[in-house]
Amino acid sequence: MSAAERTEPLPAWSLPAGAEKAIELAVQWPAEVTRDWAWGSSGGRGVRVCILDSGIEPDHPSVGPLSGAVAVVRSDDGEISIEEDEQGDLCGHGTACAGIVRALAPECELYSVRVLGAGYTGSGPVLVAGLRYAIENGYDVVNMSLSTTKRELAESLHELADLAYFQKTMLVASAHNLPVESYPWRFASVLSVGSHDRPEPLDYFYNPDPPVEFFARGVDIDVAWMEGSTLRVTGNSFATPHMTAICALVRGEHPELTPFQLKSVLYLTATNVIGSR
Amino acid sequence: MTRDDLRAAVAAGVFGSEAGHQELLRSIAEVAQAIFHAKAASIFLLDEETDELVFEAIAGEGSDSLVGTRFPSSTGIAGWVLVTRQPLVLEDVSEDPRFAKDAAESTGYVPKGIMAVPLLHGERALGVLEVLDRPARPGAALEEVELLGLFAGQAAIALDLLQAARRARAALEGSGAELETVARLAAAVDRLEDERRAAGIELLASLDALLGDESRAARPPGPLGSTP
Repeated sequence: MSAAERTEPLPAWSLPAGAEKAIELAVQWPAEVTRDWAWGSSGGRGVRVCILDSGIEPDHPSVGPLSGAVAVVRSDDGEISIEEDEQGDLCGHGTACAGIVRALAPECELYSVRVLGAGYTGSGPVLVAGLRYAIENGYDVVNMSLSTTKRELAESLHELADLAYFQKTMLVASAHNLPVESYPWRFASVLSVGSHDRPEPLDYFYNPDPPVEFFARGVDIDVAWMEGSTLRVTGNSFATPHMTAICALVRGEHPELTPFQLKSVLYLTATNVIGSR
Repeated sequence: MTRDDLRAAVAAGVFGSEAGHQELLRSIAEVAQAIFHAKAASIFLLDEETDELVFEAIAGEGSDSLVGTRFPSSTGIAGWVLVTRQPLVLEDVSEDPRFAKDAAESTGYVPKGIMAVPLLHGERALGVLEVLDRPARPGAALEEVELLGLFAGQAAIALDLLQAARRARAALEGSGAELETVARLAAAVDRLEDERRAAGIELLASLDALLGDESRAARPPGPLGSTP
């Protein structure tokens, strides 16, 4: 096809002279980025947070109302479909994560995409389908307190992680410290989270020695549990929703931020970075 | 008798007995229990064919009669550790009536606290290791999870060996009596020491040469009318 025949312009990944106005930042950042500037009193207002997990117990006192809930279902012949979720949480894990997000970002909208609970077999394709659904639905932040070791899924997950990154969906995923490769937390387009054992829920640390990028509170946390109860837990699974909530707070104050900018704000406001200034 | 059958027979002979592997798993559970000063430790194996977790080894409280008990792979604490691939620590679970009921039914023992870690080997999730009711060590939670991860690596290797041995035995059982002789022979030679082992291997090599010659001699001729 000749240039003259093209009906659509090619994307121009360059900045012609005098076009700086086209990429003007919506908000000018202050010389010193503080937590007050980063999230103020946003409470995560207007931010759509997705918990990709085992479902969320509806109307749990520590979680409150859900804005939506679906289940990724795999039939016996391997067909995958997305259905309205009427079962809530199958094991408690998703409710625990949702409660942490709600406590720190009380005004965010919580959505549940259930990808766990239907057995080990088939859990890989269900996870990929659930993540694709979450990205297509344009959630602002997606919490993934889970990972897979299946190499065959790595490429799909990597593509989805990069797609999310450029569509302004921040994926927040649990790292793990076992001596095997797992995904998607190792991808650079994902915000990966490990645990620290300090008690303050808004203490988080930037790690200059990746692949784990941030450490958040992950020890002895009282979380929402099945049938309206609470339970004390430890693990990166619960550090992750702390970072998810902090992302929601920042997004509530600055909805224009790309994942790259969001990570930059988180770096500048991390406990170990603020303390060193 | 195919080459794969022979391989399975030799593998089954040298892999060791089922009892030996279960002893190894039990020993790992016992060491985990001792290191964490816990009341019990259990190892679960994932049966991918039925999508179930199976109790393979238990140390401490609970009963050995539970070995072999099965439950769906995505239920209970072990189930979600397996599917999320994330180590977890839970305290005061006995306060949760639903959990207490599930635990009592599956183990006969209701713990207060659980540490659980997935057993991962390469890209496969093989099972779960749980440590029940260790004394509280304030400030040591992250260190404990890391230590449990080291045990998990060891348990995963043992489970991998157990599964390989079971696959070899299953192949052997489906292939007739003559292969059992090969398996016994392989096991016998494997058990010999030093000079006797060398002599045993030499004997097998002679047998191979002899049988190899015979099998070449016994090879059916080409089709009639064809030229070699």
